[in-house]
Amino acid sequence: MFKQARWKEPVIFELGHLGRRGHILPPVEKEIQQVVGDPKNQIPEKIRRQTSPRLPELSEVEVMRHYIRLSQMNYCVDLGLYPLGSCTMKYNPKINEKIAKLPQVTSIHPYQDRKTVQGILEILYKLSHWLAEITGTYEVNLQPAAGAHGEFLGALIMRTHHKFNNEDKIRTELIVPDSAHGTNPASGTMAGFNVVVVPSDEDGCVDLRALKDAVSERTAGLMLTNPNTLGIFEKNIEDITEIVHDAGGLLYYDGANLNAILGKVRPGDMGFDIVHMNIHKTFGTPHGGGGPGAGPVGVSEELAKFLPVPTVAFDGEWYYLDYNKPYSIGNIRGFYGNVGVLVKAFTYILSLGAEGLEEIAEISVLNTNYLMKKLEEIGSYELPYAKGRPRKHECVFSAKKLNKEKRIRALHISKRILDNGLHSPTTYFPLIVEEALMIEPTESFEREELDRFVGVMKKIAEEANENPNEVLQAPKNTAVNRLDEAKASHPKTMVLSWKMHLKKTTSS
Amino acid sequence: MLRNSVGEMMAKSFVHPYIPNSIPKIKKDMMKQIGIQNIEELYADVPRKFRLKKKLNLPNFMSEHEVKRFIETLLSKNVTSQEMPTFLGAGCWPHYVPAVVEEIIQRTELLTSYTPYQPEISQGMLQVLFEYQSMICEITGMEVANSSMYDWASALGEAVRMAARLTKRTEALIPTIIHPERAKTLQTYSDPVGIHIHSVDYDSETGQLDIEDLKTKISKNTAAVYIENPTYLGFVEAQVKEIAEEAKDHESKFIVGVDPTSLGVLKPPSEYGADIVIGEGQPLGIPMNYGGPFLGIFACRDDMRMIRQMPGSIVGMTTTMDETKRGFCNALQTRQQHIRREKATSNICTNEALCAVAAAVYLASLGPKGLKELGETIISKTQYAMRLLSEIRGIKTPVFKSPHFKEFTVNFDDTGKTIKEIHEKLLQRRIHGGKKIVEEFPELGETALYCTTEVHSKDDIDFLSNALEKIIGEDES
Ligand SMILES: Cc1ncc(COP(=O)(O)O)c(C=O)c1O
Repeated sequence: MFKQARWKEPVIFELGHLGRRGHILPPVEKEIQQVVGDPKNQIPEKIRRQTSPRLPELSEVEVMRHYIRLSQMNYCVDLGLYPLGSCTMKYNPKINEKIAKLPQVTSIHPYQDRKTVQGILEILYKLSHWLAEITGTYEVNLQPAAGAHGEFLGALIMRTHHKFNNEDKIRTELIVPDSAHGTNPASGTMAGFNVVVVPSDEDGCVDLRALKDAVSERTAGLMLTNPNTLGIFEKNIEDITEIVHDAGGLLYYDGANLNAILGKVRPGDMGFDIVHMNIHKTFGTPHGGGGPGAGPVGVSEELAKFLPVPTVAFDGEWYYLDYNKPYSIGNIRGFYGNVGVLVKAFTYILSLGAEGLEEIAEISVLNTNYLMKKLEEIGSYELPYAKGRPRKHECVFSAKKLNKEKRIRALHISKRILDNGLHSPTTYFPLIVEEALMIEPTESFEREELDRFVGVMKKIAEEANENPNEVLQAPKNTAVNRLDEAKASHPKTMVLSWKMHLKKTTSS
Repeated sequence: MLRNSVGEMMAKSFVHPYIPNSIPKIKKDMMKQIGIQNIEELYADVPRKFRLKKKLNLPNFMSEHEVKRFIETLLSKNVTSQEMPTFLGAGCWPHYVPAVVEEIIQRTELLTSYTPYQPEISQGMLQVLFEYQSMICEITGMEVANSSMYDWASALGEAVRMAARLTKRTEALIPTIIHPERAKTLQTYSDPVGIHIHSVDYDSETGQLDIEDLKTKISKNTAAVYIENPTYLGFVEAQVKEIAEEAKDHESKFIVGVDPTSLGVLKPPSEYGADIVIGEGQPLGIPMNYGGPFLGIFACRDDMRMIRQMPGSIVGMTTTMDETKRGFCNALQTRQQHIRREKATSNICTNEALCAVAAAVYLASLGPKGLKELGETIISKTQYAMRLLSEIRGIKTPVFKSPHFKEFTVNFDDTGKTIKEIHEKLLQRRIHGGKKIVEEFPELGETALYCTTEVHSKDDIDFLSNALEKIIGEDES
């Protein structure tokens, strides 16, 4: 049976002892000391720090032990299925990590002379071309730090494009489907658009009639992911692009779901003008417990002039950074992108090649449909929308029935899954599915592991009937039992730092 | 014609180490279970017209060993700062990364986990992030920090937008001496919502912010006054109290950008009235990585109005439902895109969590004493370098009469040589000089921005100084 480690690990501020050291710096050379004197005197009193920060004081041994214990209370992809829908939690190849840790990646400065960084520039140049090939776009820019950052950039490109055509004052609306990921509407607002939501039809796809009604001379563009967040391919994609393009809008492709269609169909060929990729999903770079990722953006030829500066270019002899883009939207960050992550994607593409990437698409879709079939057979979980149609990278079940009959919600099911040593699916997203359980197996897990998940889901369905408390009181086998999340957000009980904790405990 | 005919599909025997179900027997079994004969059937709803009719034009797949050799060959064309003393900074700084930091961020449990949406099974990551936030609060003096932004530049964009939401105003004041990429990023973040950015002049002697100019530019429309400490050109801004008062008098938010390695020796911004503190966390245990991934620091005061407007995820401490055990989970998620959608405070989703882990381990390893020593060591190295270089005929350093930390301007006007010439000659001697800032600040003449940290030994600095002396003295005739 699964039991996650349950260290009673104190907060680091409660550990250690006055005077302990976890790291010692090399001493300043005597000669320098003689020349400079007390460095403190270099800083005028009024701007000098008077009291030391209350950082913990630990030996290296204690630092290591603390974090190792904490790490043991964290589930990860290397422990088993991590079927978070929309997150593409696939295996993160170890060679990628080795490459990204080489000093030729870590110890180069972004402002080094191009003569001294030809290796990394060539890698970035090639990677951007490969990503353009994979997405069917004209030019790919590697700067965005994540998918949402790419969306922000994409929305800005829309804005700049309309400005270029003197239409930015009118084209103020960005359309997103009701099934869209939260970042899509949020990115629209970031870029100054009014967000217009279009409903889905009974197939879970964009309702064409509603889309026709939604577009107008105010339309800046549409953000869409295809396959969509239900895992369903928007088969009317040609009509969708036509409606939006005819209205003078641009099409943005949210690439979070690209895994399913690698080598099969390309966003650019489907008519999308702007595309982001989530490198930390499709291209196997680890998610790091929240980041860093990378969110390169590819665009059509017409829009390439708006991409941020600099871009990596090649003059036949030298790779170099090209700042010459007079129509560029400007900068969206410092430097050139999350290079340490991009190098892993470069490694990944080489390790798979064209054939391997297509195999990824096929097996991820096969795994999804296999899981879907097996879960449907259980009979307790419903699969709304598009009956009988295959799903692509993910499928979304509803726990509506269990909720109605047994008051067992998607939340409870997800917690009970944890008790079985697996991660849960994404819950309560997309919003158009009641009690949603969004499941994305990826290509990375063997059939036996998929069957294990099905077994757990079956067991939970049985427990729901026979012993619902087991489900309602879950989780019990994780590092902590069910947490009170409301307490963490209530102004009275909220503790967002150790300092706040001390303040709250001494004042009460 | 589609390339994947049934025959070809069946004949394909591509078994890849990353794809366990790629063996034909399993594939066939699974297809049978779902009632299909060909994987192509799963793509039947993709309009034929759009189907890719060729193979992607990518390299053929390689074995791991070949991949490694191939990339190592490419990378061998890079020259690292370990092979060539490098004096570049400007927002990306060379620092030593302790071995524990490297070890812990490679722990697969942290490395290969997702954003902790299921807190009970992700306590490790959540507690580390809570501790990271807490340590950022300790060094900046603030009470609340989020668990990361993309980088300093984007954090600045978000901070100014937050100030504009809080004050319902549409202008922000920034110093003229600021990293141009950071200023441009701010512009990109501000434009769409109609925030206007104005620059405040500096004193040409000292580089300090021109308070008179600040006074003429600040008004009831000013949402935020932003300064950096140390500044982009390496000197310390000492008039912080006066600037804070101006901001306060006009009810503008006071935003301070920091290099956190200075906070063992420089006053925490909380002590001079900062409302929001941002900065670049890269020097806290994150390698230069050719400019990313980095770590955007974002902190504010314990003020509910402000906290509700913060971007990004924030980890909070809570208890189990039965209140018997402490635990951690994401807090105040109603600010965020996955709940609030178009009304979210920001669109950020994936952030730089693992870099925050590195920073936490780094700060925990250094402790209060280590952080102070780091700051003092940096000051000593920088002082030494400035003194040594200023002895070279024709060199003026620093350009501004102010205390410096980590970076300093070096002016070559009187050497009779351009920065470009000097740079090339240094490179021939396998030294990488500072960043040329002639285009950014033409008023400063032939000036470069040099950086020294604890990684630069006295020998490195002497080597640079000797080289410059020779280069400047060459072909004098
Ligand atoms: C469908 C979809 N769109 C966009 C995003 C945002 O991407 P990121 O987290 O890289 O910013 C996600 C990530 O969760 C997603 O699933």
